[in-house]
Amino acid sequence: METPAVHHGAMFDTDELVINMGPQHPSTHGVLRVVLRLDGEKVVDADVVIGYLHRGIEKLSENRNWTQIILLTDRMDYVAAATNNVGYCETVEKLMAIEVPRRARYVRTILCELQRIASHCLWIGTHAMDIGAMTVFLYAFRERELILDLFEEFCGARLTYNSMRIGGLPQDLPPGWDKKVLEFCKIMDEKLYEYEELLTHNRIWLERTKNIGVLSAAQAIDAGLSGPPLRGSGVPRDVRKDEPYAAYNEMEFDVAIGTAGDTYDRYLVRLEEFRQSLRIIRQAMQGIPEGPIVGKVPRLIKPPAGETYHAIESPKGELGYFIVSDGKSTNPYRFRVRPPSFCNLQALRQMVRGHLIADVVALIGSLDVVLGEVDR
Amino acid sequence: MIDLFVVPLLKILVVLNVTLVCVTYMVLLERKVIAWAQSRLGPMRVGPYGVLQPIADAVKLMIKEDITPTRADKWVFTAAPVISMVPALIVYAVIPFGPEVTLFGRTFTLYIADINVGLLYIVSVASVGVYGIILAGYASNSKFPLLASLRASAQLISYEVAVTLTLVSVILVAGSLSMVEIVRAQEHSHVWFGFIQPLAFGIFFIGGLAETNRAPFDLPEAEQELTGGFHTEYSGMRFALFFLAEYANMIVVSSVATTLFFGGWLRPFPNVAALNFLGIIPSWAWFGIKSFVFLYIFVWVRATLPRYRYDQLMRLGWKVLIPLAIINLVVTGIVKVALM
Repeated sequence: METPAVHHGAMFDTDELVINMGPQHPSTHGVLRVVLRLDGEKVVDADVVIGYLHRGIEKLSENRNWTQIILLTDRMDYVAAATNNVGYCETVEKLMAIEVPRRARYVRTILCELQRIASHCLWIGTHAMDIGAMTVFLYAFRERELILDLFEEFCGARLTYNSMRIGGLPQDLPPGWDKKVLEFCKIMDEKLYEYEELLTHNRIWLERTKNIGVLSAAQAIDAGLSGPPLRGSGVPRDVRKDEPYAAYNEMEFDVAIGTAGDTYDRYLVRLEEFRQSLRIIRQAMQGIPEGPIVGKVPRLIKPPAGETYHAIESPKGELGYFIVSDGKSTNPYRFRVRPPSFCNLQALRQMVRGHLIADVVALIGSLDVVLGEVDR
Repeated sequence: MIDLFVVPLLKILVVLNVTLVCVTYMVLLERKVIAWAQSRLGPMRVGPYGVLQPIADAVKLMIKEDITPTRADKWVFTAAPVISMVPALIVYAVIPFGPEVTLFGRTFTLYIADINVGLLYIVSVASVGVYGIILAGYASNSKFPLLASLRASAQLISYEVAVTLTLVSVILVAGSLSMVEIVRAQEHSHVWFGFIQPLAFGIFFIGGLAETNRAPFDLPEAEQELTGGFHTEYSGMRFALFFLAEYANMIVVSSVATTLFFGGWLRPFPNVAALNFLGIIPSWAWFGIKSFVFLYIFVWVRATLPRYRYDQLMRLGWKVLIPLAIINLVVTGIVKVALM
């Protein structure tokens, strides 16, 4: 890997400063470690070190039965547990060719979008906090709290939901839940303006995010990005649109894309996703059919021999599950996750080069990585 | 004898204590105001509405373990917080909190000293404070504090230029370097200099934010980037000294802004007789109220704005504020000559 040479002054010899950012650092979003090589404040090169949160979830899953794995998927992207659940359950359903009732698919869509809003709330809060705007953080958490309350009412948990079952849902929506969701949508609509007022046209925010970490569409694809970082570079790839799952084929929504591929565009893309998510929730709430919530699932879940890959659009990007079943045992033969955070993190090195230390934290925030998912 | 020693000493005692209490309560004010801005309550447990929180904080910081890193430069490491704190306090020597008052049949002036180069004294003493930060970063023998102290030195030097230039234009208008005379000049000209020199005030305030390391210019201690900056390695009372110095400096900037631009101890419209009823509020209270407004703005800004980046900060200082301050100074000079 070529690195720009450090200039040597005529009078003073200059040297690179190697600085260890993380794994204990306030803005590496968990236990990410970035070894920075600095020329003054300028980043010459960055080495991203991961693995501090590795719990062996993939291997562990191969020794658990198919239902128990749902619980493990909660622990990957722990700020978006519901989408992880949906992704896994749908993959197994695909493997077993189980038809999921329409009502369950609608509820899954609603939960996924609520989860997306909750995850983006956490993102906007921490991203703004990294750049120094501390108030947005508390505003965003205030709204996230409302979503957690909704989830708590639905499944009893606030972070690791275990909110799906293979073939459908663990239970039907509690009575009165739909009204609360619509009420939340109304609140969220208003609160989005609060975030925007504090950030979108703020001169300091613009200076801190425009032209920072620019990735062209080609570079973004090369780096294997997905989700908002990819769409921020202008690639209209969204699994919800391209390979619809749950009830997304019945929903009307736009895929937000950016143009410049910088931190600001990624910010705008996620802000637009807030709005589109609210739009989807409203549609789904209106069109939700009556009916059963679990499809025809055998007592003993034992998928036929074979392998399958299924991806969904998690808040962070394309979350894929690759599962191999040998058809004999009650646990997967091979369980592999394509975690969006892990793949998105690969672009960090390329993005931070030539920028300043302050931009490193802005870029980590802009990629919106969750280390639980990176390391699994 | 009494006038020479006892009275000044008593004044120093009062000013020092009042300032230190103000500084600790400034911390509480900041926590409360930011909490309200962020729709939460702030400290509520210690005393009613958390009013005793500063005392609890002080006790906690005093009994905490005071750690000196093994490879730190011990003497400099120990001296740095003191170098940071002392200038922030001795600046108050020349700040006039009010004119004369009569107490027990004696006339006292509500300032410790009225030296004829008061403003110069403030500028020079305040610039010593930066050494505390630079030395702290150097003595810690740690990378993050080192980067922070580099940032701090660059930032404070460049913003001091802009701030000092605005002060010069105030001096031109007032015709004096003495803080008391500057307030009296505002009384005689019937207008606060903030309205004659709005640009100077704007630059002074922005520069003041930068010089006190406050948001959006809090780069030297940027928690999210440099994990606390120059005081990363400090703990206990030494950390508290840095912490308090920052708040003491905020009060200094607010007091100086009040004195130079907003009439110091004067009540609003001192020349309008119809507003004489405002005189029931004593002069030092007017000074306090005005300073409080500035302190509130300090906190308000912190709750609202993101942080500048290092290069943007330098660009703002050298390419915007300093040229503007120079233009302001030249125009002020020309107008002054023309009016003579």
